[in-house]
Amino acid sequence: MSGARQFGTLIGLAVLCAILWILTPYFLTVSNLLNIAEQTSINAIVAVGMTFVILSGGIDLSVGSIVALSGVVLGAALQSGQPLPVALVLAAAVGLACGLGNGALVSWGGLPPFIVTLGTMSIARGAALLFTEGRPVSGFDPGFRMLATGRVAFIPAPVIATILVYAIAHFVLTRTTFGRYVYAIGGNEEATRLSGVAIRFHKTMIYGVSGLMSAIAAIILTARLNSAQPIAGMMYELDAIAATVIGGTSLMGGEGSLGGTLVGALIMGVLRNGLNLLGVSSFLQQIVIGAVIVVAVLLDTILKRRNRT
Amino acid sequence: MNPGETPVLEMRGVRKTFPGVVALDGVDLTLHAGDVHMLLGENGAGKSTLMKILSGAYRKDEGEIRIDGRPVAIESPRDALAHGIRIIYQELNLIPHLSVAENIFLGDLPAGRLGLLDWRALYERASRLMADLGLDATAMDPRTPVRRLGMAQRQMVEIARALRSADARILVMDEPTSSLTSREVTQLFSLIERLTARGVSVVYITHRLDEVFRIGKRVTVLRDGRQITTRSLDEVDVPELVRLMANRELSDHFPKVRATRGREVLRVEHVSRGSTLSDVSLSLHAGEVLGIAGLVGAGRTELARVIAGADRCENGHLVVEGREVRLRGPADAISRGIGLLPEDRRAEGLVPGLTVARNVALPHGRRLSRFGVLPGKCEVALAGPIADELRVKATPTQSVRLLSGGNQQKVVLGKWLAGDVRIFIFDEPTRGIDVGAKVEIYNLMNRLTARGAGIIMISSELPELLGMSDRILVMHRGRIQAELDAASATEERVVSAALGLR
Repeated sequence: MSGARQFGTLIGLAVLCAILWILTPYFLTVSNLLNIAEQTSINAIVAVGMTFVILSGGIDLSVGSIVALSGVVLGAALQSGQPLPVALVLAAAVGLACGLGNGALVSWGGLPPFIVTLGTMSIARGAALLFTEGRPVSGFDPGFRMLATGRVAFIPAPVIATILVYAIAHFVLTRTTFGRYVYAIGGNEEATRLSGVAIRFHKTMIYGVSGLMSAIAAIILTARLNSAQPIAGMMYELDAIAATVIGGTSLMGGEGSLGGTLVGALIMGVLRNGLNLLGVSSFLQQIVIGAVIVVAVLLDTILKRRNRT
Repeated sequence: MNPGETPVLEMRGVRKTFPGVVALDGVDLTLHAGDVHMLLGENGAGKSTLMKILSGAYRKDEGEIRIDGRPVAIESPRDALAHGIRIIYQELNLIPHLSVAENIFLGDLPAGRLGLLDWRALYERASRLMADLGLDATAMDPRTPVRRLGMAQRQMVEIARALRSADARILVMDEPTSSLTSREVTQLFSLIERLTARGVSVVYITHRLDEVFRIGKRVTVLRDGRQITTRSLDEVDVPELVRLMANRELSDHFPKVRATRGREVLRVEHVSRGSTLSDVSLSLHAGEVLGIAGLVGAGRTELARVIAGADRCENGHLVVEGREVRLRGPADAISRGIGLLPEDRRAEGLVPGLTVARNVALPHGRRLSRFGVLPGKCEVALAGPIADELRVKATPTQSVRLLSGGNQQKVVLGKWLAGDVRIFIFDEPTRGIDVGAKVEIYNLMNRLTARGAGIIMISSELPELLGMSDRILVMHRGRIQAELDAASATEERVVSAALGLR
């Protein structure tokens, strides 16, 4: 069932690519495809955390703000001359801490995820602005940019990072007890609790994963821009949610996969790229992308309804 | 009732199956104008399924529905409405903050100038309808918000809403008196009499035999999806209806095997919790089935949840295998060998999107994994033999969502058979599952007690309690009202204790 669903999304991606190839031959060149992969990497990584959270029946609206906060902490650490590993660990720690805070409030505080992460969205954004006084942080050691511009056998570093993140996250989701509990909590929290699973602990960790993914995305973003912006990551939560639901993960929780999310993120990336190549205005682009999200989920809903009766 | 006239409603040979279960097998129902037709049967007999087919909520697999002698297709709730069929469900669907009149005419509110709600017309229509139905407008002002009304009055509002248009002719009521006081029941019955006098036909689903004779004209008894009989109520009496409803063939043949009674495995001492449990003590021995009887709300499920660590108790404590324990959650109970088969298996027992194997393995993640990683196929290896032993009609890698009730129940059981559970708490273990699966669960209980497990079985089905228990505790209002030896107990003694009589 979910395999068939993923196949459908994949066909959607293929059809999209075919159309764009016909409309603009440049679309299907190696350099453009690598470009798409690189541009998609940030949303794809944020969407990994979002998939964990949505699978467990929650939502995380704070990812974009956590990207900004982790980014400016990273930037400040690099600017003050900290070694790269220290700066990276600091950025990761900030993202993880924000996520764990979200999770603790959801599970021990018993608050709705929507409200908690809405609050964190504003708090983390405000903290990033306060910390930088609203100004971008830049002037890093040239070596740092390698995280974005470096290549291994023609493949850009961000793409390699994305592949690694997906491989590890997929393993966690399908082959570990933690991954099983993510699905079980989203599918039926009470039954999972009565099975002796520590719900609060695992829910907290799920939001922690989302925060950590935002931090990794922040590292790539900061390296690509060669500057850390407190206003970075605006609307990332919507792109990540869109990639996740286009990929077939149910907003009710309990059903979905990371493979679907990756395809969902690629559909978003290909669409943006193609519309740019075709010279479609950015205003119109927003309309098209919004329509694609709605149509994709509509198709999914119709197919599911048909399967049910 | 004139037998020559065309019936308002005829359902013929209605059959409905769900995966693994035949819910209805060739059921007929005939309804004449002004009839009050009682639909009787135990839980899971098929009453609700039949009415859901009539209301368009389910589609029948086979059979025919005729209205006024003409065959009709009821494919959706909208079709049912168009044919004048109205259903009042047990859970009322009123909006508490809106007024009586607004609730009655919701979806058909009179609009005045500028499309604004015409309040005067609304209240006039409501008053007229209520007077028409013989509802006392002084007792219930159409302006009153529904949240201020009692249960009976809310029921009246539901009925008024169902009958607001003149084409409503068939009214189905699903256990309408379950939350009414006896005075309110009288009010409801006089309303039903007025309705039938106007030619409305009523199908009335109930468990209460006294009501059957008070307002019914004809009765249909269903059992396990089959129509046992349809008769005029002057031709039957209470004992006969009881005999027709209860599945005596089965209850006489419970496959109970007595195991040797071993040492005490569980003792509950003076447990209290809020207003639901007060000073409950009991003791369970290895090899024993301890039945717990009582009415809904007597505290049986609450007791089960306290023992299983799902809820905390305020006072008292548990002694498991000689050691006093304090349970901080289900995980604590499981680690001490206590497994709960919850009352509502869909809501509390299963994760519907997961496979059979993954549901069975869910409580055992820590034991199966190494550093959090589950070795490939370990869940299937654990669940496969258990699913075979329980004869689950599904492969281990199939999702549990579409399994029949009986197979789902076996999967929940499998969760505890896969671990080291020695104290089983079965809360309504056979509710809503077919007869074959019931017998399999009884046989499993025998095997468990033979292995030295202790079982607490909560059940509302008296034959099952009497047939499968060694001892029976009867609960009433959060207390243990009586302890009976199952061999000498009778249904009458259990029922009178459950009602608080001695």
